[in-house]
Amino acid sequence: MSAQTDEALEKELASFLEQETAKSQVQSSIHTLTDMCWKKCVTGSIGARFARSEEGCLVNCVDRFLDSSLFIIQKVEEARKQAGGQ
Amino acid sequence: MSDFLRGALSGTPADREAKKQQLMEGVRNQVALQSAQTLINKITDNCFEKCVTKPGTSLGGSEERCLGQCMERYMEAFTVVSRAYTNRIAKERQSQLLNTGGVALH
Repeated sequence: MSAQTDEALEKELASFLEQETAKSQVQSSIHTLTDMCWKKCVTGSIGARFARSEEGCLVNCVDRFLDSSLFIIQKVEEARKQAGGQ
Repeated sequence: MSDFLRGALSGTPADREAKKQQLMEGVRNQVALQSAQTLINKITDNCFEKCVTKPGTSLGGSEERCLGQCMERYMEAFTVVSRAYTNRIAKERQSQLLNTGGVALH
């Protein structure tokens, strides 16, 4: 086994931690979305299976949330440009 | 390198490699554990809300049945949301790549 220099090791660990942090952030977003979309979509009594409409609602909920997020970023960006007089 | 890492990863190259793997495995486990704990907490919140509408002196059979099914449904919802989210992120990333690359495909 070839010896790894301190510098190479530090680099490897830094990029590993960056990856794990990103993974953890994605997981956390998915938890928040699941919670939010569950409340919006699973409104009836709990059955042994999901109703087709409930599953479709969950997928739409995720996509519309991300649309909303992008839309708001775009609006903020427009407002910023106008304020900047460009 | 920080003193912490120097201390934690000292020894022969083989030692260092083993310790590094151990450290990474520990971090991966922590990330997985945290996600599992969050899931359990969310299931408890949402299924208690849905299934135990009028708390009595004990959990009834129908409440327990509801909690069991609710737990399965919630985990299913997590999978559905997870798939929808990652699909969308992949799609956004691809269109961003096309845009910034200056390649006009349409």
